[in-house]
Amino acid sequence: MANYVVKRVLIAIFTLWLVATITFFLMYMVPGGPFLAEKTPSAATLEALNKKYGLDQPVTVQYKNYMLNLLKGEMGESIKQRGRTVQDIISSGFKVSSRVGGIAILLSVSIGIPLGCIAAINRGKWLDNLIILVATTGIAVPSFVVATVLMVIFSVKLDLLPTYGLTSWQHYIMPVMALAFYPTAYISRLMRSSMLEVLGQDYMRTARAKGLSQAKSLFKHALRNAVLPVVTYLGPLLAYTLTGSFVVERIFTIPGLGSEFISSIINRDYTMIMGTTIFLASLIIIMNMLVDIAYKIIDPRIQLK
Amino acid sequence: MSNKKKNLLSFQLDVSDFLPANEEEKQSLVVMRESVSFWRDGLRRFRKNKIGMISLVVIILIMIFAFVLPEFYPYSYEQQIRGSENLAPMQYSEEELARIAAGEKVFPHFLGTDLLGRDQTVRLMMGTRISLIVGIVASVLVLLIGSFYGTIAGYFGGKVDLVMMRIVDIIYTVPDILIIILLMVTLKYPLKNLAETNPSFAWIDTIGVGLICIFIVFCLLYWVGMARIVRSQILSIKEQEFVTAAKALGASHSRIIRKHLLTNVMGTLIVTTTLQIPSSIFTESFLSFIGIGVAAPMPSLGSMASLAIDGIYSYPYRLLAPAIMISLIILSFNLLGDALRDAFDPKLKN
Repeated sequence: MANYVVKRVLIAIFTLWLVATITFFLMYMVPGGPFLAEKTPSAATLEALNKKYGLDQPVTVQYKNYMLNLLKGEMGESIKQRGRTVQDIISSGFKVSSRVGGIAILLSVSIGIPLGCIAAINRGKWLDNLIILVATTGIAVPSFVVATVLMVIFSVKLDLLPTYGLTSWQHYIMPVMALAFYPTAYISRLMRSSMLEVLGQDYMRTARAKGLSQAKSLFKHALRNAVLPVVTYLGPLLAYTLTGSFVVERIFTIPGLGSEFISSIINRDYTMIMGTTIFLASLIIIMNMLVDIAYKIIDPRIQLK
Repeated sequence: MSNKKKNLLSFQLDVSDFLPANEEEKQSLVVMRESVSFWRDGLRRFRKNKIGMISLVVIILIMIFAFVLPEFYPYSYEQQIRGSENLAPMQYSEEELARIAAGEKVFPHFLGTDLLGRDQTVRLMMGTRISLIVGIVASVLVLLIGSFYGTIAGYFGGKVDLVMMRIVDIIYTVPDILIIILLMVTLKYPLKNLAETNPSFAWIDTIGVGLICIFIVFCLLYWVGMARIVRSQILSIKEQEFVTAAKALGASHSRIIRKHLLTNVMGTLIVTTTLQIPSSIFTESFLSFIGIGVAAPMPSLGSMASLAIDGIYSYPYRLLAPAIMISLIILSFNLLGDALRDAFDPKLKN
């Protein structure tokens, strides 16, 4: 176990370095720079600005400096949002994104798992068919479609919910629904198929034969085994919620990490691009790792290699 | 002769037993049914699947809508009709009403027109076309790279496999959307420059820089899932006797891979490719939606939805057509993939 974790951490660090390096050089391949956006400053100002942010040095030197700073835990100052450090912007953006995304994940897990179980128990009946129908349609609808359709219904037609910002609880309803839609459908499909498999196992028959009630055999024996694929999916789900949030944050004008990331790329805010990329990449890698370890805890039979 | 009662003790041979058998008698001795090939077997199972057949018909209809209809349509996707801006579905502008009054026939705008007076119906068709092209081409690229990579890793095994799969693991952990967005932004300008300065690369402009970027991104990142699936299949197939027999007969590596291994994973390849199509379409529409996919004036379903959001309070119906179309495409490809899996690859069914 310890061996495994060490190995995973080493690979994770290597991957992070790779992502950071690729991003760094990709970024500098883009023509134009952070100061050429609105009105081009005079040559002298430009030179001074480039000097201030170290952009006048050759790329390799800049790369070395950046990596050394990163090792010290410094990501520098945003080039575009003067006076704010990258860490500062990321942490305020992440607070918003993680709150919306976290609620969405909780919602989709707590709806998706029961729905999948209900469908599996009622296999072939109308309830099962209904759930399959909804779930199959659900995974075919992209999050931006859900978001905009919700917006048309609840804001434009019914005028019930606010469309932008994130200041009251009503503001959360639509973004959370838009983000939770796809994972809910996906989890219920996943849960249904794995539950069906577990229900056909011998130990389920044994459990019923020794006199366990249906509810008890379901919760004690079936659920724990059937939930494994869902746990595996949680890692990618986090990635999805983060990436899905790019769109949802844009539609609902939420000041989250996704919109910061996109605007930093469009503005060529070099330090911000690096900061957000490294942050998101490490978040995803860590989550995937945690999922693998959780997997082992839920099912002790699994050997981690 | 046979009518004559034979003496039981007679040793005289019955001649009729030695006559050659006629056709009918020969047929009655054949115990084997006509052999059913892999394809015919799969097709037979597929034809029985109602949902699969319906989704196939829907996909064909969508393809006709996207590839054939625009050629005969009286408007084009980039044509800006003056005076017909922001029309509601089936509405005519004043100018067009005057022409109708004068006895002229004016083709209706089934879905209305957009801000610039472009007919929404034909834009929907072109958008669907772009989405389908992206989905299918990207999936074929993924298929080629993924199956090649996976086969080599699985077939040679050992150290080769270890190194190759480590690379796959790393690409798998790289957050894809981040890299896609970065690559799209970075590749756009160099490609544009290349197309403008070097005449032999002029084709880049005709296809569109955005589309090429999407394809490059898929080539770089999305083949890993396919490679993993193919590798695991190859790993189990290569241990079977017919591969050993082929080796013993002196077949080369490339012959074994082409003739024995790839033909045996065909079912998996078809199914995985079909299921890759909707996910490619998903990604493309997402990219176009945030404004870094297909470049204007070429419409894509994602960019149409994105444009519709700007006028959502005044023209909410504009969102509906691209939204429904995109969901319909993804849904029917998903269902088709499921049906193909049931038909061609029963092992994969979970």
